Amino acid sequence: MAITVENLSKFRYFKGAEPGRLAGLPQLFTERTYQKGQAIVSEGDASQNLYFVGAGVVKIFKMSPEGKEQIIKLARPGDSFNDPAVFSSGPGPYTAQAMGATTIYVIGKSDLLPFMEKNWLVAGNALEELAEQERLLLTLVEDLSFKNVTGRVAKILLQNAAAGPEGVHRLTQYEMAAMARTAREVVGRSLKALEDSGAIKLDRHRIVIVNKEYLDRLAGLS
Amino acid sequence: MTLLPLYDVTRCDGCGLCVSVCKCGALAMTEDHTVTIVQMDDCGWCGDCELVCETGALQCPFEVVFTDD
Repeated sequence: MAITVENLSKFRYFKGAEPGRLAGLPQLFTERTYQKGQAIVSEGDASQNLYFVGAGVVKIFKMSPEGKEQIIKLARPGDSFNDPAVFSSGPGPYTAQAMGATTIYVIGKSDLLPFMEKNWLVAGNALEELAEQERLLLTLVEDLSFKNVTGRVAKILLQNAAAGPEGVHRLTQYEMAAMARTAREVVGRSLKALEDSGAIKLDRHRIVIVNKEYLDRLAGLS
Repeated sequence: MTLLPLYDVTRCDGCGLCVSVCKCGALAMTEDHTVTIVQMDDCGWCGDCELVCETGALQCPFEVVFTDD
């Protein structure tokens, strides 16, 4: 996907902007490609770039001193990341790692902020994006504090199934554990319990969601 | 084509734990202490190999779908 006004206007930051207002924007971006496992930005970095996922899936996570991962989200096409490092004075708050072949669009803070000063709709969109990211973090705190592991695993399955073909990513039990803040063995037991309850079917390398309503209730989504 | 567990030889330390826990007999160690999948159709995707693999060399990722189509 080339960096064009049409493609950039699909990102939340630039949605609703008249194409003419975005005319000079593609030149401010650079395109980068990453392979599976490559770090795009690391926690503590001084990078003040804003990153957009053009293609592929990016793991956004924090690492404990003992080396345990807490996955905050899987960023998919259209999502941005490193926003806090761009709009505050601190270093990068998390690590972003490509989960497979990934295309990223990058714009520097020194290019983005002057552009936003002249385009208030884009500035408003940025506020909306930051608010959505705060909402996501609050939901994560709620999930980790108040939901049991099976409810958290149910939510991960629902979100992954709903990601659509562009954002499809096959999940390992390790990744599910790092998202649900638990051990891999516990994820395995949760999957078995969900299968025994008839909510899912484990079909070798596929998890088939058979009873979405039940998973919705477990995940607190209904 | 049968989908196989993902194996990253660069991460494998040759400990052999995955082979010892594989109930299906799908895995075997080679002479140079790497893992090979000898019975691909027997792999039941139980994830036990992934569970014991300390280095993350073996992974059994799941595709999550809403329907059985």
